[in-house]
Amino acid sequence: MPLHSKHLLGLDGMSREDLQLILDTAVSFHEVLERPIKKVPPLQGKTVANMFFENSTRTRLSFELAERRLSADVLGFAATGSSVSKGETLKDTARNIEAMKVDMVVLRHGAAGAAHYLSRVINANVINAGDGSHEHPTQGLLDMFTIREKYGRLNDLHVCIVGDIAHSRVARSNIFGLKTMGARVSVCGPATMIPREIERLGVEVYHHLDDVLPHVDVLNVLRIQLERDAGRLFPSIREYRQTYGVTRKRMEKAGRVVTVMHPGPINRDVEISADVADSEHSVILQQVLNGVAVRMSVLYLLSTRG
Amino acid sequence: MQLLLTGGRLIDPPTGRDATVDMLIVDGRIERIGTNLSASAAQVIDLRGKIVAPGFIDMHVHFREPGFEYKESIASGCAAAAAGGFTAVCCMPNTNPPIDDESLVHFIHARSREAMGGLVNVYPVGAVTAGRKGEHLAPLAELAAAGAVAFSDDGDPVHDAELMRRALEYSAMFRRPIIQHAQEPSLSRGGVANEGYPSVTLGLPPMPRIAEEMMVARDIRLAEYTGGQYHVAHVSVAETLDLVRAARTKHLAVTCEVAPHHFTLSDEALATYDTNTKMNPPLRTREDIEAMKAGLRDGTIDVIATDHAPHSYDEKEVEFAQAPFGIIGLETAIGLAVTELVKKNVLTLYQLVEKFSTNPRNILHLPVIDIAEGSQANLTLFDPTAEWLVDPATFKSHARNTPFGGARLTGRPVGVMNNGTSFWC
Repeated sequence: MPLHSKHLLGLDGMSREDLQLILDTAVSFHEVLERPIKKVPPLQGKTVANMFFENSTRTRLSFELAERRLSADVLGFAATGSSVSKGETLKDTARNIEAMKVDMVVLRHGAAGAAHYLSRVINANVINAGDGSHEHPTQGLLDMFTIREKYGRLNDLHVCIVGDIAHSRVARSNIFGLKTMGARVSVCGPATMIPREIERLGVEVYHHLDDVLPHVDVLNVLRIQLERDAGRLFPSIREYRQTYGVTRKRMEKAGRVVTVMHPGPINRDVEISADVADSEHSVILQQVLNGVAVRMSVLYLLSTRG
Repeated sequence: MQLLLTGGRLIDPPTGRDATVDMLIVDGRIERIGTNLSASAAQVIDLRGKIVAPGFIDMHVHFREPGFEYKESIASGCAAAAAGGFTAVCCMPNTNPPIDDESLVHFIHARSREAMGGLVNVYPVGAVTAGRKGEHLAPLAELAAAGAVAFSDDGDPVHDAELMRRALEYSAMFRRPIIQHAQEPSLSRGGVANEGYPSVTLGLPPMPRIAEEMMVARDIRLAEYTGGQYHVAHVSVAETLDLVRAARTKHLAVTCEVAPHHFTLSDEALATYDTNTKMNPPLRTREDIEAMKAGLRDGTIDVIATDHAPHSYDEKEVEFAQAPFGIIGLETAIGLAVTELVKKNVLTLYQLVEKFSTNPRNILHLPVIDIAEGSQANLTLFDPTAEWLVDPATFKSHARNTPFGGARLTGRPVGVMNNGTSFWC
């Protein structure tokens, strides 16, 4: 059964069947990653270009590893800043790379909709590796995979996303995917970081972490962008830490075992403290491994679709 | 050259006429108006079922000359205007250099006289502030004397409240409106889409509706305080109309316009990140579309103006956030207005003519178009029932940046006459 779309642009609108297929397929690739020989041949002879227009270490390495594990030829391209500031448009850059007979393009870009746009102007499969504040679908998928690995299901679990929801592509992909799979999703953060009308996505909104903690199964803690609008979206790091910092003390007060996730990179002692990030309830490093498995799954399923 | 226009419905709001007439035009002058006219030497144009109206004016266009002729020149802009059924336009001053001294006004006049045989009157709008920088007043008296019909820093608002106050006071001395691109910049900075459900799901930086409302509220207070004449460009949110309505009950000199896209499309159209759905102010909600229609119906909105904003193909062929704001509008204006307003019983054809001709001319204090024997013909002829498919490839404009390509519209210009010359669509 192939995926319904030629591209992975986002989890918004993706069917339950497709989500299920990606997650199920990732299970077998996860198993491959546990073997002594971690390489399988499905993408032999295929070329994947990783086009990263934004700084990224984790996602880029994870994709690259997933591609190599599937025996693909990998082309790396990193340019910081916008394509426009470099004088070449995204379209020209992508078409030039595609002209070298590339089968798939993984795109990380600072502008929302960049992957949608690219999918219209090139023939290769496009995988969105993060577009502005829009989506980061493979992150959403790996988060869902990790939760399912831990609980055996997604439906009826309560997942709360904490942090700057307004500017988070991780939050959006999580919300779209988890809602489709039947999870209960809430968001928690200062009012300045919760976009208006987010309720229409079917999520509950909290502003006080202690109100929601006693009711959640999973806490997905977002990275606070220290560089973003400090002093405008929130007064100070100190105040954010005191209000939204996830600490052991706070978790214990909630009186409930809560699984903690974080998409990384972590600002220790800002949004999360070491006694939580490194605790037995943290699945942060599992997320990293699962990321490779999920990306292998996506690459494989899109390649079989052509 | 004799033309006999037969059987057309003359709608002429300045005189209140609405009747089927024949019209004999000789060398661009109206020779006779009557019924069952005949003239053996004349070319007969059958206008049965079609409308004959005083020439339409689009009081909000961007002709990119000087500075950005690759987007649109005055010549191509005038061709687009004529093809869209307009005999006059007001061009905004965000050119390079901007229209902030009289030499630019003269330049635009000269260029427009060369285009289309001078068919389209191009009325420059002068900048409110020198260089459109928002710091000092431009030489408004000089600009007005040269022929600027209004002042605006369109594209940017006049943000500084004191400067806006002075502009309203100063321009009132010679009866010129200040046209405001109403948007509190600190609230909409960096935004590319209406703040609402679509911007949330699409992850697009938001432009809150209150940015427009707040600026209009401030400006109306300033207009009342100074007695100046104030016109809100391209209204996009319902709350603005409430403010304008309230100002009217106080008999303030406050007017406003709406662009066809703001009564046609909502922000749901952004779902595919099509850069031709990106404009400033942005597409708003379905409720706002209904509010625009209500405002047109009850007269709160005086004018339909397109905010014709040409950009090159490559400029729009980029990521959404990087694309420039704006779409072209001259050649779809009548079609969209008839389709969305007349066919849906928002406006009568008579009211449509008011919004496209009479009202904007009144706001700008332009002479009334005289449809009388002996007068120069300044006419827009259009067919309110013709159905057509929008094909941007056929546009006279240099630019193709429209979200309406492929749309099926009702209502189409037939031709225009002005300044002794004519254009047939």
